[in-house]
Amino acid sequence: MKLNVKKLVVMMGLTVSGLTVAHAEVRIGFVATLSGPAAALGQDQYDGFMLALEQLGGKLGGTEAKIFKEDDQLKPDVGVLAVRKFIEKDKVDLITGVTFSNVMMALAKPLSDAEMLFVSSNAGPAPLAGKQCNANFFFAAWQNDNQAEVMGQYATEKSFKKVYLMAPNYQSGKDQIAGFKRYYKGPVIGECYTQLNQPDYSAEIAQLQAAAPDAIYVFYPGGMGVNFVKQMRQAGMLGKQPLLSASTVDGTTLPALKETALGVLAGSFWGPDFDNATSRKFVDAFQQKYKRIPSQYAAQAYDSANLIDSALRKTGGKTTDKAAVRAALRAADFSSLRGKMKFGNNGFPIQDMHVFEVAKNTAGDVSLKTLSTPLKGLQDAYATECPLK
Amino acid sequence: MTLNLLLTQVLNGVQFGILLFLMAAGLTLVFGIMSFINLAHGSLYMLGAYFAAVAYGWTGSFWLAMAAAFFGLFALGALADALGLSILHRRDHLDQVLATFGIVLFCNELVRVVWGNAPLFMDAPPLLADSIEVLGLNYPAYRFAIIGAGLVVALGLYLLIERTRIGMLIRAGASNRSMVSALGVNIGWINRFVFALGAALAGLAGAMVGPILSIQPGMGEPILILTLVVIVIGGIGSIRGAFLGALVVGVVDTLGRVLMPSLLNQLFSPSVANAAGPAMASIGVYLLMIIVLAFKPDGLFPVRQR
Repeated sequence: MKLNVKKLVVMMGLTVSGLTVAHAEVRIGFVATLSGPAAALGQDQYDGFMLALEQLGGKLGGTEAKIFKEDDQLKPDVGVLAVRKFIEKDKVDLITGVTFSNVMMALAKPLSDAEMLFVSSNAGPAPLAGKQCNANFFFAAWQNDNQAEVMGQYATEKSFKKVYLMAPNYQSGKDQIAGFKRYYKGPVIGECYTQLNQPDYSAEIAQLQAAAPDAIYVFYPGGMGVNFVKQMRQAGMLGKQPLLSASTVDGTTLPALKETALGVLAGSFWGPDFDNATSRKFVDAFQQKYKRIPSQYAAQAYDSANLIDSALRKTGGKTTDKAAVRAALRAADFSSLRGKMKFGNNGFPIQDMHVFEVAKNTAGDVSLKTLSTPLKGLQDAYATECPLK
Repeated sequence: MTLNLLLTQVLNGVQFGILLFLMAAGLTLVFGIMSFINLAHGSLYMLGAYFAAVAYGWTGSFWLAMAAAFFGLFALGALADALGLSILHRRDHLDQVLATFGIVLFCNELVRVVWGNAPLFMDAPPLLADSIEVLGLNYPAYRFAIIGAGLVVALGLYLLIERTRIGMLIRAGASNRSMVSALGVNIGWINRFVFALGAALAGLAGAMVGPILSIQPGMGEPILILTLVVIVIGGIGSIRGAFLGALVVGVVDTLGRVLMPSLLNQLFSPSVANAAGPAMASIGVYLLMIIVLAFKPDGLFPVRQR
């Protein structure tokens, strides 16, 4: 009996302290790749998120927000440690961020074991959109294949007859080729897989030249894209035929490419020239604060913060009722900088996908210009495999 | 594959080899003459690229950027040697590997702190920005310039080592340190000069790839590994070996990447060939290294014993 009383007291203490914490602040765990060669992406995610938070007066849903930041170093095991720390030590209410899909796949288990609410601001791997979907997970960016799919549709619309495909030889590279082919049914005259993080593409570019395609589609994220585009320009291969790309020219690589990349085409869900109030406000504030044109990664994280804010506003800043927060997140009742967007049954967005061209903006800086919108209201190809309703 | 395309690919291989040579020359000198394993050679290459990009950003001049990288890294190499690296010369190789690996991590982080995560911008000079038509295919003029510059450096190094007084002292120091210092030559200064020269060549290589590659933290590591392969294949301590070894590695690596997938395509289905081709191509260079080590453990072109 004595023991039970003690237990009861301890439990009451915990409940009370738990409640006071919930009333005082909402605790958010932010994990992304913040070091190593790919750190520019994670840094943009962080900057975008913090910019939105600053505009919201440091509050999410009217409650003071406390952000815990961890670097996953692009290592799945380090990411898992970060998430465990968030859950066990920091007692966070929601986790956001995540840059790369391989880290995301490792995080899925500890997140779902803890029934943690999760908002991804970049990674969107296929398994989590399909069979392994989770009601607590929301993906505020796009499913990985979407950017390839829109370029595939564009190639179909332009009725290119000889398309040459290139990507690094790893899972994402293969997914991006498969995504392109899902919407482009025309003839492919060459398919080339290069080593991951290969610096020099002279040999492949010579092969490409000899094949004389009428369009090229590539997926070269980060530094690989900078290398590839520079070398294509010097070989006199840009402008000869359209260069279609996914994750190759974006806000993180354009400052290193500048005029070299003019004319390259890219598929994305948003571009800095979008003409809606949220997007304009975001781009202006971001440029003012960080002195650079925001990348899509910053935009995704900015949207994530506003999505979380909208959900917590509905629950009065409380996260104790998970089902209520979940329903509020699912409603996506916020003004997204991409315009219309809603969540599908698997927690992935249903949204328009656009084609952009690298061009100079009105200020004379090299940026992305919207060309067309080949896929409207696109839902990912895996949603039907997800058992959630 | 047509003959023209094959010749273009050999040209690509030679150009890549020349770039590897600039890295390997410094590494092999430092290793062969000072018996100092410097894993941070890749970091010197990265710093060369950053120095060049910063100088390019300030002045807009490609040639000043090259000079900034070369002389900046020469000074940095001499300074690093004076400030403490020289202590490592007397330690065993494991200590050197550990210490210089630490420097690699330090430099990557330093570059990230100073210049940020995003890659920097640098362009080729207008004179070399376009491509030249060779054998029916466009070949970047800038890559011809790299080949030319590499050959000039190779010749200069040869003359320096074989035909000058300082070159004689360097060679003498490599054979018998204590005898050279007994004759009244300051061997510490000779070593410092060799190390600084190696750093400057790595910096020049980094600056020259600026217009081709992404200038970003950690860019030195992929090339460092191939450079180590070059000096092992070529024979440690030999400039001639580094030159020929670099050309062999450059051509084997490039042709492997091109020929392996098309060869596999004729033997297997496209899906198998696409999966196995890049993997097989990337091991070509290492296979070559294993064969060379098995039959000629001193490398293909070892230093002649006098």
